[in-house]
Amino acid sequence: MKTQKTTLLCAVSLLAAGIAQAGDYRSQAIALIKQDFHPRGIATTDRIHEEGLQAVCNRTSDKPPAAVAERLQKDQFDAIKWPSDGKFMGGDWKKGEKIAQSGQGMAWNNKPSQENGGSCYNCHQIGPKETSFGTLGPSLYQFGKLRGYGEDIQKYVWGKIWNAKATNLCSQMPRMGHSGTLTEKQIKDLVALLMDPNSPVNKE
Amino acid sequence: MKKRIGALMAAAAMSAAFAAHAQQPMKQPAAKAPAKATQKATDATTADFEKFRDVLEEDNPAELFEAKGEELWKAKRGPKNVSLAETCDLGLGVGKLKGAYVQLPRYFADVDAVMDAERRIAHCMVTHQGFKAEDLAKKPFSSGNYTPELVSLTTYVAGHSRKMKIAIPQKHPKEKETYQIGKEIFAYRAGPWDFSCSTCHGEDGKRIRTQNLPNLSTPEGAIRAFQGWPGYRMTGGVMHTLQWRMNDCFRQQRFPEPNYVSPSITALLSYMGVNANGQMYKGPGIKR
Amino acid sequence: MADPMKIRAQMKGDTAEIRVLMSHPMETGQRKDGTGNVVPAHYIQAITVDVGGKRVIQGQAGPAVSRNPVFGFKVKGAKAGDKVVINWVDNKGDKRTDEATISG
Repeated sequence: MKTQKTTLLCAVSLLAAGIAQAGDYRSQAIALIKQDFHPRGIATTDRIHEEGLQAVCNRTSDKPPAAVAERLQKDQFDAIKWPSDGKFMGGDWKKGEKIAQSGQGMAWNNKPSQENGGSCYNCHQIGPKETSFGTLGPSLYQFGKLRGYGEDIQKYVWGKIWNAKATNLCSQMPRMGHSGTLTEKQIKDLVALLMDPNSPVNKE
Repeated sequence: MKKRIGALMAAAAMSAAFAAHAQQPMKQPAAKAPAKATQKATDATTADFEKFRDVLEEDNPAELFEAKGEELWKAKRGPKNVSLAETCDLGLGVGKLKGAYVQLPRYFADVDAVMDAERRIAHCMVTHQGFKAEDLAKKPFSSGNYTPELVSLTTYVAGHSRKMKIAIPQKHPKEKETYQIGKEIFAYRAGPWDFSCSTCHGEDGKRIRTQNLPNLSTPEGAIRAFQGWPGYRMTGGVMHTLQWRMNDCFRQQRFPEPNYVSPSITALLSYMGVNANGQMYKGPGIKR
Repeated sequence: MADPMKIRAQMKGDTAEIRVLMSHPMETGQRKDGTGNVVPAHYIQAITVDVGGKRVIQGQAGPAVSRNPVFGFKVKGAKAGDKVVINWVDNKGDKRTDEATISG
């Protein structure tokens, strides 16, 4: 943990030196945000402090130098929690579909007792029956069918859902496992949705 | 005579049914369309909705809120018993409304700050009429049958810029600075989902579900976002202003809540508004 | 007191086109609020329209009509300058009357 922090600090200070002239409005913006936001429900004000990775992406307009990105991605990757039983498959794609549909979770109007959703359809095409899908992310229709059902792909999907930043530092996708939005079991159901050959995503 | 009334009522009922504003957002038909056709189908739905909205525009319930706002603007109110019409300067002189909305946010020397429309009206209510800022911020957004006075007032003010070009000034150093700060807030990623405004509104041609997302960093996108607010939302039948729109974006961004009429919101509206400069504002609109 | 209506009345040939926007919650009595309590029914029940002092419409509305409804109708035989008086009464006994003049 300590080494991770040091790496982050180094990266941030290195970057800060390079972009000093833009820093003025940025610091004013941050000061304003700190002054103008109040906690509501589960959305506490600590959320507005940018953490290391966010700061790096913010300061570089989502284009960090390759060396920095690689180091930070490795930190993210090392923190991924893999399935405790060692199996990526075995989830229920029907439950996965429900999780993918639900946009609930982490917002100030959501209760901590509520089960969070993955908001997946907000940005991705997934199952063939749902025509109301977003286009911020790539289509995941026929995900396994097109890429194969091997364990390497299963692991890739698990890692991507748990922490999209582990493979693409400034990805727009939320870190669903890392942020505590989805549980291990929910992620397993989502992996089944994309990777089970019987899931409608691959079957039709 | 009775027969004639019956026929008339039938006509009335028909147009009422036609104009009855849908309480639910438009739902995509659950067609088994292949992936490529879906984009086209969505575009067609959007085009149809645009047509529907054009028809509704003429009888937009937003006008009811303008009427209410007019009453509130002209009446002597508050502990100091004065009207906004005789005290409030929205940038073009006391009581001057024509074109004021499309030139906000702007710099105001009396407070040495840049203010957006709703914030300025709130400022007038506090400074001139003696209302308490805390009271105005208590329940600032419409819900159910409740419409805050500031929403009606802002709608009334916006109505006086109908079909005028957006011309938000960028002369004063603080106006330029506010724009730049807004640009930074727009790009600021934080929170549990690492979202910024730009995550959803920084690229062309993207959607959330079937909702098209304007790219607010471009003039075409910025006008789409500026346009139609204040707007009558058919979902729930309520009137909302840009203050609400910004607030709800931050909710979806998984941020804590911005204070009502705060400088951060002014900065964002400055960024978005200036990017839309030179284009025509149609006036208070109607939204799905 | 209820908020004012917006009335538009214009001659098109020998016919007056009249449109009215009414400000009303039009609660059906079926809806529940955020805390799960039923919102009591509250809707316009009766509408009358007088043109040039003559009653041309006497009608009923109900909970199926949307919030802030729009009604439109055409009246033959009216002329520019005629007064249009529209009146509604809701199920709670609230009422509102507004007028406009037909424009040419």
